[in-house]
Amino acid sequence: MAARAIWKGELKLNSTKVPVNIYSAVHDQTVRFHILDERTKTRVKQHMVDPESGDEIPNEEIRKGFEVAPGTYVILEEEDLESLEPEASRQIEITSFVPATEIAPEYYDRPYYLGPDGDQMGYFALAEALRNKEKEGVARWVMRKQPYVGALRAEGDHLVLSTLRNAEEVLSAKDLPRPAGRAPDKKELGMAKQLVELLKGEFDPKEYKDEYRERVMEFVKKKARGHAPKLRLVKSKRKAAALDKVLSKSIEALKKEKRAA
Amino acid sequence: MAKRTRKRRRSPEDNEERGARPFWSGTLTFGLVSVPVDLYPGNRSNRAPLRMLGPEGEPLARRYYSQKTGRDLEADEMIRGYEINKDKYVVVTDEELERLAPEQSRDIDLRRFVELESIPPLYFDRSYFLAPSAGSEKAYRLLADTMKKEDLAGIATFVMRGKEYLVAIFPENGILRAETMRFADELRSPEDIGLPDKKKLPAATVRKFEKIIARNSDRHLALKELKDEKTAQLLKLVAKKRSQHKDVIKVEEPEQPEGKVVDLMEVLKKSLAKKRKAAA
Repeated sequence: MAARAIWKGELKLNSTKVPVNIYSAVHDQTVRFHILDERTKTRVKQHMVDPESGDEIPNEEIRKGFEVAPGTYVILEEEDLESLEPEASRQIEITSFVPATEIAPEYYDRPYYLGPDGDQMGYFALAEALRNKEKEGVARWVMRKQPYVGALRAEGDHLVLSTLRNAEEVLSAKDLPRPAGRAPDKKELGMAKQLVELLKGEFDPKEYKDEYRERVMEFVKKKARGHAPKLRLVKSKRKAAALDKVLSKSIEALKKEKRAA
Repeated sequence: MAKRTRKRRRSPEDNEERGARPFWSGTLTFGLVSVPVDLYPGNRSNRAPLRMLGPEGEPLARRYYSQKTGRDLEADEMIRGYEINKDKYVVVTDEELERLAPEQSRDIDLRRFVELESIPPLYFDRSYFLAPSAGSEKAYRLLADTMKKEDLAGIATFVMRGKEYLVAIFPENGILRAETMRFADELRSPEDIGLPDKKKLPAATVRKFEKIIARNSDRHLALKELKDEKTAQLLKLVAKKRSQHKDVIKVEEPEQPEGKVVDLMEVLKKSLAKKRKAAA
C-alpha cells in the first residue's frame, strides 16, 4: 500500500527548484504497551497537578515559565511563544554541500523519503548528481512551526532528507577524559587485530532481526489464551581469565568456524 | 472533577537524563573476550525546557490518573498491558519482559566489524557512550585501540530494558560510542511508499545539478550551522523580560532537588575520572 505524504515542499538550490512530497521513512515496530490502573485494568491519563495541594490545574490555567534562578520564573505568554515561531514556508533551502561522510552518525535524527511532486526529471537528476559527487546537501526548512536543519542524501535512486540534531543535543567524546588503563602491548594488539579481521565483513541490515520483539508478541498471544509459559530467570556466570589467553582461544575458535563453513 | 489525593512520587516515565547512575550496565564481548561496561546517554534534550506553572506561578507536576476512577496513581499502582481487543489487555510484568530475554541476548556481542561509513545514515537512531566498568579498562582499551587502528565499527544486537537494539559501536577519542540503529523492517523502502522508479535522464540535467553541487561545496559542516536558533531566541526573550521585570514570578518554595536536571556531561566526566583513579 502506498504511503501518504506527511508534507509538501520545494527543494531550492540557488534558483533551481525541485518540488517534493515528504514521507516518513520510519515504520516503528516497537511492541506498544499501555499503562493501566492495576485495580481496574483500564487506561490511565495524565494531567498537571499542584504538588502541594494535589489539585488538578486545568489546561487553560497553566502558564509556561523559564526558570532563571532557583524558584524564579519568567512567564512566557502565548503571544511570546508565537513571536518565536518561524515564518511558515514550503521551501527547503539547500545552503551548501559537504562530503557524504562528513556528518557524524550521532547527528542524524529522523529520516524522510522524498518523492517527486510533478517534475520527476529534476528529482532523479539531483539524486544521481549527489551520488556521482559523493555529497550531501545541508538543508534548512520550517515544517509544522519547527525550524529544521537536515541532510539531503541519495539512497539508491531516491532522495532521503534526515533531520539533524542541534549541536547542543549531542555530547562529544572530545570533552570527556580518555578512559585509563594500561596501554595494550604489541602482542595483545596483534591478536586483537587478527580477531577483528576474522570478524570483518559488510553491513547487511537484513541479517539482524528483532527476535526479542517476536518472543514478546508470542508470549502475549499465549498469555491472552491463558497459557502463559513459565519463564525462568537465567543468571549469567563469567570467569575471568588472562586477556592474551582469551584472545588466542577466540582466534582458534573463529578459525575453526571459518574452516567448517 | 474529583479532588485528587496528594502524591509526591515521580511518574515512571521521567526523563532518562535524571540521576547520576548509568542508564544500563552490561557486557561487551568480542570473541571470548568480555568487557563489562556502563552505558550512558549520548544525546541530551532541549537545554531550555519550559516549566508548566500554576496560576500563582507554582511549578506543577505531571501525574497519571485512572480514567475509570479519576484517582491519581502511584508508580506501583500501574501495570503494563498489551491491547489484544478493544479495552481488553494482557498484562505483562517487568519480570516477564526480563525473563523473555535469553541470557546471551543481554550481552553486546560484536560478531561483525564493518566500515562505519558503509552504513546508510537513515539507520542511525540514538547515541550512547559505553564506559569501562570496574576492572575492564585493559580489555576496553584494547578493543577501542584496535577498532581505531583498523577504522572499523562493531555491530551487535542486544536486549536492554525490555527492548532489543541493533547497535554500531565505534571509538571516539578513546571512548566507545554506541549508536542504536533501526532494524531493516523499521524502515520503509521506496517501493513500500510507492515512489516511482528512476526514469531515463538526459545527461545534461544531471550535469546541471553536478555543477550546482560543485559550486556550493564545503569541505566541512561548521558546527554553528547546527546551532539551536529557536532556543537562543527564547533565551534572549527571557533575558529581555527579566531585565524589564516583566512577568517575573518568585515562588516561595524553590524547586525540589529531585526535579533538577543532571548535566550529563558532568556525570560522564565523573564516572570516567573515578575509573582513572581506580586504575592508577
